[in-house]
Amino acid sequence: MSSLPVTRIDARLAKLKTEGRAALVTFVTAGDPDPKTSLSILKALPGAGADIIEFGMPFSDPMAEGPPIQAADIRALAAGQTMVKTLAQVRAFRENDHETPLVLMGYYNPIYIYGVERFVSDAKAAGVDGLIVVDLPPEEDEELCLPAIKAGISFIRLATPTSDDKRLPVLLKNSSGFVYYVSVLGVTGVKSAAAGDVAAAVARIKAHTPLPVMVGFGVKTGEQAAAIAAHADGVVVGSALVNAVRDSLDDGKATATTVKAVTDLVADLAAGVRRGRP
Amino acid sequence: MSEATTPNSFRTGPDERGHFGIFGGRYVAETLMPLILELDQAYEAAKVDPAFHAELKGLNATYTGRPSPLYFAERLSAHLGGAKIYLKREELNHTGSHKINNCLGQILLARRMGKKRIIAETGAGQHGVASATVCARFGYPCEVYMGATDVERQKPNVFRMELLGAQVHPVTAGNGTLKDAMNEALRDWVTNVETTYYMIGTAAGPHPYPAMVRDFQSVIGVETREQILAAEGRLPDLIIAAVGGGSNAIGIFHPFLDDPDVRIVGVEAGGYGMHVYNGHAASLNGGRPGVLHGNRTYLLQDDDGQILEGHSISAGLDYPGIGPEHSWLNDTGRVTYVPATDQEALDAFQTLTKVEGIIPALESAHAVAEAIKRAPTMGKDEIIVVNLSGRGDKDVFTVGKILGVEL
Repeated sequence: MSSLPVTRIDARLAKLKTEGRAALVTFVTAGDPDPKTSLSILKALPGAGADIIEFGMPFSDPMAEGPPIQAADIRALAAGQTMVKTLAQVRAFRENDHETPLVLMGYYNPIYIYGVERFVSDAKAAGVDGLIVVDLPPEEDEELCLPAIKAGISFIRLATPTSDDKRLPVLLKNSSGFVYYVSVLGVTGVKSAAAGDVAAAVARIKAHTPLPVMVGFGVKTGEQAAAIAAHADGVVVGSALVNAVRDSLDDGKATATTVKAVTDLVADLAAGVRRGRP
Repeated sequence: MSEATTPNSFRTGPDERGHFGIFGGRYVAETLMPLILELDQAYEAAKVDPAFHAELKGLNATYTGRPSPLYFAERLSAHLGGAKIYLKREELNHTGSHKINNCLGQILLARRMGKKRIIAETGAGQHGVASATVCARFGYPCEVYMGATDVERQKPNVFRMELLGAQVHPVTAGNGTLKDAMNEALRDWVTNVETTYYMIGTAAGPHPYPAMVRDFQSVIGVETREQILAAEGRLPDLIIAAVGGGSNAIGIFHPFLDDPDVRIVGVEAGGYGMHVYNGHAASLNGGRPGVLHGNRTYLLQDDDGQILEGHSISAGLDYPGIGPEHSWLNDTGRVTYVPATDQEALDAFQTLTKVEGIIPALESAHAVAEAIKRAPTMGKDEIIVVNLSGRGDKDVFTVGKILGVEL
């Protein structure tokens, strides 16, 4: 494995390490609120301060998401989003951006139906750097994790407060890129963790892995991002961004302010992340 | 769709990772995995503990009223003019359906695991009522997730659950039916995983649920076997059960799977008809394999892997998936799965009520509909057993509305 070329994720995280700051990882749902606006949002994220992008593959039954991302998935699907369109948006993004790591995040069924082999190949060709698949625990690694790694796509694992010292080695075994620490028990976009709990959890995970640890769930503001950034390698924000999309809509349709609503919040979060480690 | 070879036995699955052929598995969020593994261990320990079985057997006998009778439906058989039809009377169980068999097993397990709170999903409300019942019996707080559409069409069961002390949460996401209720129950579980036991109502979900629920429901088939041997001196020619998630069906099927002379038929909800897109809930006849709610199984879905809502007159069958063992039994050819439409179920509901004085649940009426189709084509010396999984009191409002009667 040591002969693998340096990935965009590894390169970006190494660069941030030399800068001595945490990463801002932004999640938006592909196709929300419509394919065209979604691509504009995607293209605007790096300029606004996103270091790593998580691009959500919408699913009809997102079992681990709270109301904000559920609603974003419904908006995207209602606007006709498909896996083919999601991958096309990634390709379009890569035409102008060769450095920002992009991770597809979602649930397994749409990938399974697209076809694992075809998906891994098309995702790699489109410029996808990593995958987070919520309902594929290490027990099911043969499904997608191993084929993805073989194709040179990182497989990023969620660690949670229930991941004890016995469980962590199991879930970290085939992980790459970074570890996404889900800092609270629950669905996305509801509760927030206390900074002290986050520090202890990050330290515990780091005892098991050299991978950077990103922390998410419930981070809504630059202030919260700063507090988390003090203790982690990065901060993940999702629900707050899709809520910004929602709040910008007029009768469910994108407006002139939709992209700016997202980039303004990203800029605030990016400033917060930079304040995190003075 | 998938390759499946004929095994030496149809009764040995799943493997240790919960697979029935390519179906089953454990497709859940990482937060839940440690608990799923703990549940697996707890269930394996309970399975070999004679005290666990003794307590369950005692409750089945004195609380549920088991064994449920196997009743020769003499007038229905004569009416159809063919095979002899027996009804396995699960509708006579305490709470009015087979669901109590599973809930008693799971509440004993939850107690062994030291859990403090029970959650459940429900479609028709039968599993919700059974869950609320065992929680009342054992003194546990109980919260039930139920689609808002189902809350509306199954009001009597909602009130029963509330009387039993359960809190019913109407779920407005999606179409407000069983799939959405299950999503919401999973969200609750992820949030409260350390204190909460999730009492899944059907033989689906992540391993070990499909196998565990089947084991608790197999009492139906075990009794049926003894009862038909006592009544007829031989095994039946045909067993029929309705299939939504499929727990009553797997319960009566499983003890007969290795008897090749016993034909087995599962009846799916054909809704408005199989030709109507998203107008039925027949996952095996109208879906394809996918991954949802913790397992790989046949699902109603579109070409992009988005799950369809499906439709059935019966809230209990209105689910876009099916237990993974049924998917495997379908692909191996051991069990035949056919659809029955809303109209056929409605007709069977009325026929059984008028001819035998037994009001079946609309779910069970799908199985009766298939018996009505098949019995006339069979000889008078042939035997059909129909699993009458639930009683229809809860459905009289739905049926009345369709028949244009103000209640």
